[in-house]
Amino acid sequence: MNTTVVAQLQRQFQDYIVSLYQQGFLDNQFSELRKLQDEGTPDFVSEVVSLFFDDCSKLIDTMSRSLERPDNVDFKQVDSGVHQLKGSSSSVGARRVKNVCISFKECCHVQNREGCLRCLQQVDYEYKMLKTKLQDLFNLEQQILQAGGTIPQVDIN
Amino acid sequence: MEVCNCIEPQWPADELLMKYQYISDFFIAIAYFSIPLELIYFVKKSAVFPYRWVLVQFGAFIVLCGATHLINLWTFTTHSRTVALVMTTAKVLTAVVSCATALMLVHIIPDLLSVKTRELFLKNKAAELDREMGLIRTQEETGRHVRMLTHEIRSTLDRHTILKTTLVELGRTLALEECALWMPTRTGLELQLSYTLRHQHPVEYTVPIQLPVINQVFGTSRAVKISPNSPVARLRPVSGKYMLGEVVAVRVPLLHLSNFQINDWPELSTKRYALMVLMLPSDSARQWHVHELELVEVVADQVAVALSHAAILEESMRARDLLMEQNVALDLARREAETAIRARNDFLAVMNHEMCTPMHAIIALSSLLQETELTPEQRLMVETILKSSNLLATLMNDVLDLSRLEDGSLQLELGTFNLHTLFREVLNLIKPIAVVKKLPITLNLAPDLPEFVVGDEKRLMQIILNIVGNAVKFSKQGSISVTALVTKSDTRAADFFVVPTGSHFYLRVKVKDSGAGINPQDIPKLFTKFAQTQSLATRSSGGSGLGLAISKRFVNLMEGNIWIESDGLGKGCTAIFDVKLGISERPNESKQSGIPKVPAIPRHSNFTGLKVLVMDENGVSRMVTEGLLVHLGCEVTTVSSNEECLGVVSHEHKVVFMDVCLPGVENYQIALRIHEKFTKQRHQRPLLVALTGNTDKSTKEKCMSFGLDGVLLKPVSLDNMRDVLSDLLECRVLYEGM
Repeated sequence: MNTTVVAQLQRQFQDYIVSLYQQGFLDNQFSELRKLQDEGTPDFVSEVVSLFFDDCSKLIDTMSRSLERPDNVDFKQVDSGVHQLKGSSSSVGARRVKNVCISFKECCHVQNREGCLRCLQQVDYEYKMLKTKLQDLFNLEQQILQAGGTIPQVDIN
Repeated sequence: MEVCNCIEPQWPADELLMKYQYISDFFIAIAYFSIPLELIYFVKKSAVFPYRWVLVQFGAFIVLCGATHLINLWTFTTHSRTVALVMTTAKVLTAVVSCATALMLVHIIPDLLSVKTRELFLKNKAAELDREMGLIRTQEETGRHVRMLTHEIRSTLDRHTILKTTLVELGRTLALEECALWMPTRTGLELQLSYTLRHQHPVEYTVPIQLPVINQVFGTSRAVKISPNSPVARLRPVSGKYMLGEVVAVRVPLLHLSNFQINDWPELSTKRYALMVLMLPSDSARQWHVHELELVEVVADQVAVALSHAAILEESMRARDLLMEQNVALDLARREAETAIRARNDFLAVMNHEMCTPMHAIIALSSLLQETELTPEQRLMVETILKSSNLLATLMNDVLDLSRLEDGSLQLELGTFNLHTLFREVLNLIKPIAVVKKLPITLNLAPDLPEFVVGDEKRLMQIILNIVGNAVKFSKQGSISVTALVTKSDTRAADFFVVPTGSHFYLRVKVKDSGAGINPQDIPKLFTKFAQTQSLATRSSGGSGLGLAISKRFVNLMEGNIWIESDGLGKGCTAIFDVKLGISERPNESKQSGIPKVPAIPRHSNFTGLKVLVMDENGVSRMVTEGLLVHLGCEVTTVSSNEECLGVVSHEHKVVFMDVCLPGVENYQIALRIHEKFTKQRHQRPLLVALTGNTDKSTKEKCMSFGLDGVLLKPVSLDNMRDVLSDLLECRVLYEGM
């Protein structure tokens, strides 16, 4: 058995996930999510996460359409979109996205179209970045499972 | 033959002579008869003839003369006695009348002559009146000109227009050849030619102000005739052929704003004048009349007033422009300040978490490190790191607290604690320093002071520490006494949030020291951030000045009051504060819980088969909540809207979790409708729990008012949810102390 490989992969996984936390991509909520994943629901986290990313892209599309025309911006719609996004991101523990949503909400509140566009761009960037990172994480998980190991429980606090 | 009285001709009647006499008599008669007729005719025609009866007399006289001569005609031939009688009668009558008339005329003729004299007199009078009329008309004209000039001058507030108009109108009214205005220069030593009517003048043409002619004109308020050769009048191109017209000069006072104020000493010497010079046309032999001079003086006065009005207006316009500029600047500054405040708030909101996370990481990892095997030096180093980072964390929290206090976003963390223990702890912390300074501290707790209270323990300790610390810091000798007692509280209904049963009381703490005291005037400044009074600054205190300010704000948050009394410098001072605390009846409350939990009841850790309903519009968060509950073993149904929820909810569901993140009250309405649905079967109603992103007082109040049984802060952790479910199922009520 390639226990060394498994151990190596596990070490890699651990470091990676810790780095994600330290860089602020994820917060506590993500680890809570991972706690909910068990034999009955082995893909819980990835399902939730992909639902989240779908949600993101849909909301970002709607919001960018609302913010397109400079003279007739429906800030209420944008605000509700941001609200949704904030809620979703805090549910999955996407910390950076959630933080951008906070300032995005501010811009909506003061009806600052420029600010909103900037925040929208940032949200887009952040969620795509997170998507890539989580993709890498899930790949690592798969590798570990395929190598016959178990996914280590990483406790971040 | 009778004796006839008629003259008998001495020579034989010459027929020719007789004939001539006859004819002449006849004509005389006719004339004599026609003259009165004419007289009567013309007198009748004239309306005014006072002597009618004289005429009658005269007429009679003439008529009789005529009659006499007429009758004479018959006497040339032999005539009868009758004729002679008639003739005699006529002659007698004539004689009488003519004598009467002659006598009359003596009286009348002087009268008639005097009429003539009177006529002459009246004619002279009429001529005189005509002359006077002419004069008056001239004066009236002049007056009209002055009024018109004044109107022109006063109708504008522009200095140049005023002066130009003056010159133009004066030139027109008085038909002047040239009109000029000399203004004093800034230095006041020269007069500069500023305006002329006709001739172009060289720029910067000045004359010194100390010329005798100028002094003469400035010395009197009247218009003064000056020589056409004086420097101020030499404006026309000099050519010797014609005789220069007369020149008049008048001063125009330039009234300054300060002239209108009451000064203690009249500064007449600093009065400034301008000089107006008026020249009559040359070779016109015209002279300055008195009324023209008066006109000039009046105009000069009016010009002075108009100029001062213009000056006042200029000043006020300038002031107004200045104010507007300042307003704009202030507005900008205010907006900048607001932006800065907002930026700071945003910064704080984000940095709060950013700063705390690494801090916590440092503290956590250092404490973990402490647990491992270390050499003594390493242990020392780790302890120092831990202590410093704790200090830093506290400082950061303090600063963040204060900013949040200022924004009003700080919330008290309520919990139950032991008040007596708190005081003793505070005293223990302060005792070391007090002992060193040889200041005995006494603590008096009133006998009716409750032991277990509900409030923000950490902040209350902060307040008491701060006050007692100040007392110790600023006392050099004497003693310090801390008294705590209950003051009268207003009765209020029980606040469901804190404890279902119980009430409030106001805690009053008095800290008296015998230190340096405080000047009563400085007392208001004490609670200002960063301010330090003179007496305090002399100490080498290292305080940042935040202490009292923070304490005051905490006290205010606790719906209380804080103040300092001092009898003056050197007489010590007393700091007193009141805060509102809740009374707790259960002595065994743990620090974190805010609910009256019945202790020692086995908690459910297995919720298999528990039917719950989750309502959340956000797909992601719905999935997460579902996952959470499924992991705990519940049977979860999910809905994504209020309507669906109402349709699906039944007595089988034990708990309904509803997301109320959206602002507004629509989500809360569902709670009411569920209550309605289960009015008949109260006991079968599922428990209603709200999931929300923020748990401030207003949210909690809303939840309570809409009949929800509990509130949870999203995102919910696994352990949290487990605890919550068991609590809920035990007590059927939950408001988590978060």
